[in-house]
Amino acid sequence: MKAFFTRRQSLLVAASAALALSLSACGGSGTGTTSNPTVAEKPSFAAGSTMAKLSSAGTIKIGTKYDQPLFGQVGLDGKPVGFDVEMGKLIAAKLGIPADKIEWSETVSANREPFIEQGKVDLVIATYTINDKRKQVVSFAGPYYEAGQALMVNKDNTSITKPEDVKGKKVCSVTGSTPAATIVEKYQAELVPAATYSACLEPLRNKQVEAVTTDNVILAGFVDKEPDAFKLASDETFTKEPYGIGLKKDDTEFRNWINDQLESFAKDGSYKKAWEATAGSVIKTAPDLPAIVRY
Amino acid sequence: MDAVIESLPLYWNGFLRTLFLSAVSGVIALLLGTLLAAARVSPVAALRGFSMTYVEILRNTPLTIAFFFAAIVLPRIGVKFEQFEVAAIIALSAYTAAFIAEAVRSGVNSVPVGQAEAARSIGMKFSQVLSLIILPQALRTVIPPLINILIALVKNSSVAGAFFVLELFGYGRQLANANGDQVMAVLLGVAFFYLLITVPLGILASTVERKVAIAR
Repeated sequence: MKAFFTRRQSLLVAASAALALSLSACGGSGTGTTSNPTVAEKPSFAAGSTMAKLSSAGTIKIGTKYDQPLFGQVGLDGKPVGFDVEMGKLIAAKLGIPADKIEWSETVSANREPFIEQGKVDLVIATYTINDKRKQVVSFAGPYYEAGQALMVNKDNTSITKPEDVKGKKVCSVTGSTPAATIVEKYQAELVPAATYSACLEPLRNKQVEAVTTDNVILAGFVDKEPDAFKLASDETFTKEPYGIGLKKDDTEFRNWINDQLESFAKDGSYKKAWEATAGSVIKTAPDLPAIVRY
Repeated sequence: MDAVIESLPLYWNGFLRTLFLSAVSGVIALLLGTLLAAARVSPVAALRGFSMTYVEILRNTPLTIAFFFAAIVLPRIGVKFEQFEVAAIIALSAYTAAFIAEAVRSGVNSVPVGQAEAARSIGMKFSQVLSLIILPQALRTVIPPLINILIALVKNSSVAGAFFVLELFGYGRQLANANGDQVMAVLLGVAFFYLLITVPLGILASTVERKVAIAR
């Protein structure tokens, strides 16, 4: 029998495999804690509503981030964990859908609107800031959490403590995100654009940028993983980012229903429990559910 | 469409950056690629071995790995750049050079052996045979594949958008994110600016090909 690889080819394959392994060795682990909300049995909904459709299908497609520790993150086992994920599970449970019947997909900042419009996902729960432009193509339930922009720097950095300190300095953020626009327009930083927030970590470590900016909770996740390398420049935040749950535009019935559920989670304590199981490991004080904006 | 028209200055910035990345990387890759091809046909075994190893490794790994190496691994082992453009140019030209080397080598192989033998018989050294006789003929034969590689280079430069360089694709992502209601229009705008570089390159290719073609 002829060998599948020649000797030279096997050497090349072995070398590239070794390289790939050493590169992927820096992957994250995630918090791993999850809750199992009680699944509603045979809930009934008005005929023709999105809730009725999802409930009878017995499955729901939810988009979330895969690289934001504490909110939406997928570890090596392929299961998403985080506060956003818990919110998704709670909502699904109210539809009578158990957690293992949720079809998760990754929605990065740029593909959230198209995924909702094309029906690739039923909901997007992905640290998704509610704003007017986005409201023109999708609808938002919530907000279910209010984050704020902050700065993360290297542990030994003492020159940056407030947003005014980054003027003219290199700051890494995700291209096109709200925090990126704020740090450039309001605080005149020089933006180093990245595709994902996790991509900003290496340049920061290598001192090719002086700070990374985005919502405090996301940065807290990075600090939590590497407390010896990074720190938050300050505990204070300098913007308000209301996180909403994105869904198909003008599905008012579904939106109102989700809003009702959010309020019920706050009342029955499952909101607080979801927080403590995830983001609460870093941010000790559990937030109150912000006032729901019904529009 | 409004978003596209309003953002024309941003598109223009991105366009210039893409053009810059492609042009600088293209020139470096052409020089490096030709040198590699020359090394590949040289009488020195060590040069042949080096060239082959280089070409096989770069040609057979994804471009993103090359970018990852240039933008993240190099700084970690102490090679730091002020601008991420430098990393992008290193990755793009190193990667493209491997393909150019192979194209030029195929051109060298197409030059009849008699040409080299005749040159050697009148006392030319290897360097003279290569630079005066073989390469001028070889390069003319491989104009179409070379232009193909350069067109691929222009499109490949979009990977830089994922490695901290705001080029056409990077701005495209920024615009798509800021104008969630017009993502398709924004991306069509990006495509248009790429065509603005690549279509003239194609036309240039056919013109040059006609001009320098040699009858055999």
